Amino acid sequence: MAETRLMTINMGPQHPATHGVLRLVLELDGEIIVKAVPHIGHLHRGVEKLAESKTYHQVIPLTDRLDYTNAMGNNLAYVLAVEKLLGIDVPKRAQYLRVMMAELQRIAAHLIWLGTHVLDIGATTPIFYTFREREEVLRIFEEVAGGRLTPTYLRIGGVSKDLPDGITEKIRTFVQTFPGHVREYETLLTQNVIWLKRTKEIGIFSKEDAINWGVTGPTLRGSGVKWDVRKAFPYSSYEEFDFDIPVGTIGDVYDRYTVRLREMEWSNAIVKQALERLPRGPILADDPRIVLPNKEMVLTDIASLIRQFKIASEGFTAPEGEVYESVEAAKGELGFYIISDGSNHPFRLRIRPPSFLNLGALPRMIEGSLIADVISTIGSIDIVLGEIDR
Amino acid sequence: MTEIHPAVKRLEERFQTSILEVKAFRGEINITVLKKDIYEICQFLYTDPELQYHMLTDLCGIDHFPQTPRFGVAYLLYSFRLNHRLRLKIRVGEGEPILSVESIWKAANWLEREAYDLFGITFENHPDLRRILLWEGYEGHPLRKDFPVEGPDSDKPFIPEV
Repeated sequence: MAETRLMTINMGPQHPATHGVLRLVLELDGEIIVKAVPHIGHLHRGVEKLAESKTYHQVIPLTDRLDYTNAMGNNLAYVLAVEKLLGIDVPKRAQYLRVMMAELQRIAAHLIWLGTHVLDIGATTPIFYTFREREEVLRIFEEVAGGRLTPTYLRIGGVSKDLPDGITEKIRTFVQTFPGHVREYETLLTQNVIWLKRTKEIGIFSKEDAINWGVTGPTLRGSGVKWDVRKAFPYSSYEEFDFDIPVGTIGDVYDRYTVRLREMEWSNAIVKQALERLPRGPILADDPRIVLPNKEMVLTDIASLIRQFKIASEGFTAPEGEVYESVEAAKGELGFYIISDGSNHPFRLRIRPPSFLNLGALPRMIEGSLIADVISTIGSIDIVLGEIDR
Repeated sequence: MTEIHPAVKRLEERFQTSILEVKAFRGEINITVLKKDIYEICQFLYTDPELQYHMLTDLCGIDHFPQTPRFGVAYLLYSFRLNHRLRLKIRVGEGEPILSVESIWKAANWLEREAYDLFGITFENHPDLRRILLWEGYEGHPLRKDFPVEGPDSDKPFIPEV
């Protein structure tokens, strides 16, 4: 009789299928995982600490770099929290622009997920399709905001600039063609036997477990919980848009896949509605204490120049108190908890990252399954280490 | 907010002596409670059939240096039944342990590890209290207010022992 023993192997941090620098220590009994211990923190940059020494405006670019596939959504969560703290209202046009950009960003983020997730499992074709559409979204961002990956488009009180000429046509074309592209991805995957064998009844996560582990976003909805921050606590006029929340049934990798595909279609529908009903009006709140003045005014009017200088160097003071505001980011509930001591910078800025909690539940999903399924399960919870490690 | 939320009412009935302060700001409820009762209160909020705060959305440390007690911990709970968020807060001195809520919400496992890592707050009955974002053997807790933002040894290059 040969002696059997458990084998410990190290997966990552330099592993293409861990989506960044994630290290998993796996204890194996043959090919079965007995225990999985994730090690994170390789990308820790101390964003929360850094924010404590910055003015409120200066924190916005830091948020782009949390989940770098979802920069618009991160901006949105942060500025909403600051606006709640200050108690200011944002003009309708800015709210609609924010929704439009956040939903386009969700599509782009889900396209990265789809391309890389199926690539991990072995299908090399879809990534060329998904990155083709993602490129269109990034081109729109480039024209609107000036940046592609980290646009820093949102401002406290509104957005940085209005839509440039001709962009609405481009967005409209994208919105019209995108549902056809989703069908293209589906012909490659949804009924593909290899895809089904690798995803059906793999990485099952029950409803009760999902809630108890604090999992949010498509991972929670894949397990059959119909919950979305956009519906539960509508922000930025989401209550005026018509959309549904897709849910899965048993919470396997395939359910999370279908939930995200349907979500992209609904995001597309929201962008369409926002474009059709885009109100006219200002794009920034009328609050000279907080909002930076128009650049042209800065160059011609001394009072605006002084104001620009004051806001850019010293910032503004916020009332004492604490607020929490969250949005439905591509990965789940992204929240910012700001404690203000009445000064011009946050006393404490806590970021509630969705991927952090979603990854925390990974051992629960993979223990007892085959090592090959680890790859598809990691891909299906769609983590970005930038926001886990902060 | 003028009216009292049913959750606050129930909590006040049950834990009269444990509640130190109830504060509302911008429509959010902050309840400061005694440190020693945090586990029991969480257990009650989780199991009570009318409340059912089944999700721990967030848990984080706060450093109030140089005040005493120095640290704070904020628990953000969510109830699907009431579609309501509730924030519990406790104050804790340096070196004092808190009871872990990991046995109620598994989500607390990593969140408490993070508070331990970045603030040095210890949690009793936590199954696996290790550093999470920083490496084993790191000295200090970076989110403490007396920790310099550029790092304590920014002038010295870091050479790990191999």
